[in-house]
Amino acid sequence: MRSVVTILTIAAFASVPLWLRDPYLMNALITTGIFIIAAMSLNLLLGFTGQLSLGHVAFFGIGAYVSALTSLGFDVGLPGGFRVVHDPWPPFAGFVLAIIISGLCGYFVGRLSFRVRGAYFVIVTISFAEVVRLVALNWVELTQGPLALTNIPPMALSLPGFGELALHTKLQNYYLVLVVAVAAYLLITRLVRSHFGRAMRGLMANETLAVSVGIDVTKTLTLAAVISAGIAGAAGSLYAHYIRIIDPEVFAFINTVTMVIMVITGGKGSLAGTIIGGLVFGLMPIVLRPIMAPEAQWIAYGGVLIAILFVLPRGIVPSLTQRLSRPHGKTAAVGRVAFAEHSAKEHA
Amino acid sequence: MSEFLQHLVNTLVLGGTYALLGIGLTLIFGIMNVVNFTHGVLYTFGAYVMFIVVHQLGLNFFLALPVAVVAGWILGAVIELTLLRPLRGSDIDTTMLVMIGAWIAMQSGALWIWGGVAKSVATPFPEAPLVLGPVSVSWLRLFVLAAAGLLIVVTYLLINRTRLGCAMRATFQDEDTASLMGVNVDLIYTSTFAIGSSLAAAAGALLGPVYVISPQMGDLAAVKAFAIVILGGLGNITGAVIGGFILALAEELGAGYVSSGYRDAMGFLIIIAVLIFKPTGLFARSERIG
Repeated sequence: MRSVVTILTIAAFASVPLWLRDPYLMNALITTGIFIIAAMSLNLLLGFTGQLSLGHVAFFGIGAYVSALTSLGFDVGLPGGFRVVHDPWPPFAGFVLAIIISGLCGYFVGRLSFRVRGAYFVIVTISFAEVVRLVALNWVELTQGPLALTNIPPMALSLPGFGELALHTKLQNYYLVLVVAVAAYLLITRLVRSHFGRAMRGLMANETLAVSVGIDVTKTLTLAAVISAGIAGAAGSLYAHYIRIIDPEVFAFINTVTMVIMVITGGKGSLAGTIIGGLVFGLMPIVLRPIMAPEAQWIAYGGVLIAILFVLPRGIVPSLTQRLSRPHGKTAAVGRVAFAEHSAKEHA
Repeated sequence: MSEFLQHLVNTLVLGGTYALLGIGLTLIFGIMNVVNFTHGVLYTFGAYVMFIVVHQLGLNFFLALPVAVVAGWILGAVIELTLLRPLRGSDIDTTMLVMIGAWIAMQSGALWIWGGVAKSVATPFPEAPLVLGPVSVSWLRLFVLAAAGLLIVVTYLLINRTRLGCAMRATFQDEDTASLMGVNVDLIYTSTFAIGSSLAAAAGALLGPVYVISPQMGDLAAVKAFAIVILGGLGNITGAVIGGFILALAEELGAGYVSSGYRDAMGFLIIIAVLIFKPTGLFARSERIG
């Protein structure tokens, strides 16, 4: 049943370019898709380990810069008179490197910031993203600083026997994003249903108890951080090669907030929810644009985020599935919340 | 050497307002356990109140500061009553996300109302700075330091010498027991948020004329406030004051001797370093406030 729904959903998304010809809407769908990939990777941390990382855009941005610099080449001086010269590589190598380097950054940031929890974890992750942004802004020799990296080549796939296929059109990029999104979805789904997924949820429900039954906290959380950062890096790489210009604004805190809003709206711990939340918030500007000034749109975003937290605190998909499957499920939910609160207090 | 002395003088002036920002946030964070992302917006709000009072109402510069404090107090109380009181008892992530939503909406509102063009406030102080041997400091900055110092002392006395302050400290230690002893915890929460917000607005009103006023000015201020709170330890007013001066010193020396582009990175680096090596803050007395 579940896989039938998945296949039908993929087929529905794959059929979109057949009936949607408007380039403006296609563009919105592609960028929304890229953000949904990043938001799904954030959901792995937020929804399955319970760690609210507000520095997630750092991995997205690192992926974008790594991929762009790999395909553009660079020549920078390092302290001590060394020079690093790199000749341009094909964009696909950039894509792979973006995943690897973002994943490594996820490893180091995870090892450092998982020493603290709650509000402190949030603030460390924000700080990390801001430091990376300031480096991107100030290391002009490598990143061009505020002048931006321009003329980034489009993503190209090398097919045996066909040579290089550069993805110039929106149609090609749409399918590329769709393929990566499906891959990310399947990877995360497999992971959370595995042994590690159970360990993550155990940690989220009650860390002390999880430790006492032998779950290795650091290993579990770090693995989640590495995979999450790697997927975010892949999304960043897609973004760089689609938009084809990136500047340090890619690290803006508002981009993290956009991902968080997508996850919270759809529901923490629900990948389908992230897709729905992502489509709602990614396509909302198209609906609002004719009737509202850009500043007013952002006021509406803030208002919608608050409203969702007040009305559907668990997000659209978990609230709906609960309402559909268990009409009398309310008492059970209250019990669970009370237990979580209790364990949180114990932990504090 | 004279360059270093000048950095120290600048540190003193900057540190005073940072301390104000930090005290406001450490009270809210410590007593209410709310990660207050609207703190930076209140800072921006205070600066715009200053601008409106001086330029649009044409009133006295010195009158604008108390007006900003009162306006910040009212806005803080409104935020607490509408957004935080209904969510009392929910987990810290939920209130944090609600505060993020409020921050986005309010900052965009400021952008909508006042536009993105930076504004400056005219001050009654002479242009020529006060020169003392090798260092010089503008009269405006001296006024900022004095006003910040006054507000810090008033807040300290409020927390440590009044019944309200006593109730706030009791709530910080144990909410349930304080409530059993007859403390109106709801009132304490609203007061705490209002006081913290008025201090942020005061900091904005003081620093606004020193720099320029723009809707985004509060973003960095909020992060700096978090850095100060983490440095000083949760709910620790003395720690927040010292933390404010340490952050100002780190920024001044970082900008002066490393690179001015990394001035704003100092706060973030301090946050990362303190949380990794000494997560309870440098002056931890986690059981006390005041």
